[in-house]
Amino acid sequence: MSQIRAGVISFPGSNGDHDALIALETDLGIQVRRVDYREIDLSDLDAVVLPGGFSYGDALRCGAIARFSPVMEPLRAFAEAGKPVLGICNGFQILCEAHLLPGALLRNQTLKFHCFWTSVRIEQSDTPWTSALTEEDVLRLPVAHGEGAYYIGEHGLAEIERNGQVVARYATDDGDILDMANRNGSVASIAAVCNERRNVVGIMPHPERATNDLTGGSDGLRLLSGILDGALAAGPSR
Amino acid sequence: MSDSIGEGHRWIIEAEIMPKQGVNDPDRDAVMSGLKSLSFDGTQRVRVGKLIRIEIQAVSEDDALDQGTRMCESLLANPVIEEFVVSAAQIG
Repeated sequence: MSQIRAGVISFPGSNGDHDALIALETDLGIQVRRVDYREIDLSDLDAVVLPGGFSYGDALRCGAIARFSPVMEPLRAFAEAGKPVLGICNGFQILCEAHLLPGALLRNQTLKFHCFWTSVRIEQSDTPWTSALTEEDVLRLPVAHGEGAYYIGEHGLAEIERNGQVVARYATDDGDILDMANRNGSVASIAAVCNERRNVVGIMPHPERATNDLTGGSDGLRLLSGILDGALAAGPSR
Repeated sequence: MSDSIGEGHRWIIEAEIMPKQGVNDPDRDAVMSGLKSLSFDGTQRVRVGKLIRIEIQAVSEDDALDQGTRMCESLLANPVIEEFVVSAAQIG
């Protein structure tokens, strides 16, 4: 078993926290612990995951209330120290609201909740979460969101494209970036982004729900396994 | 006469929060097509946002507007996708 220790934050209304804990512990084989949203010390962790769900019932805007949870202050310091942080679905929304990632997530263009498998093409492999992948790899991952349309203004889009902060895009199974594959209406088909420092990644599809062929696919494990190297590169805290 | 419990008077502030121009808004598009299909043919433009009404204690209109603006900046609106207008009315 790897010596890496990851934390998964449970906010009130998170529902993907147990999926993430099981995926990391059972399928990836690292040590994990549940982090309560009121905790203020993350110093025993090498990587942190913000899971999917509906924190605070999506009141006001998805992630807008969770952003003010006590755990967000040590999380900000954790991110600023260059350690790996992954926000999945609602976790992605929280990281955007907290300004740890650029942009925002809007209602799906269909006005419907999307719950199906989709393909994403990896655009950047130099983040701790995608380091086990190669650019242009196509992963099959499930989505489950009502507000998954990534939005960023024209100027911001140019900046994140220039900086290589677009980590993954919705694609056809062959890896083509087409509107038909971008069903929620994300700007530039963006499914995942990272911060400028590249250690904080937000992704709308659910890698933690694709870690075992028995439950439909294991491409998510290929993504999560990046932290086996990535967290070590960032330097363990112990 | 004021029945205020703290310093100043009671004010109602209203924060009108709207999607920024250029932001995709499927709610707006659905309302627009709904109105068209109900034969409201004069419909030119629709914007869908939210109105948040908050009762506060403030010493002046400027103070009330300032409190409302800070509320919008820190919590009520997301500047990436939304713009807001704050108004205030004294009620006590």
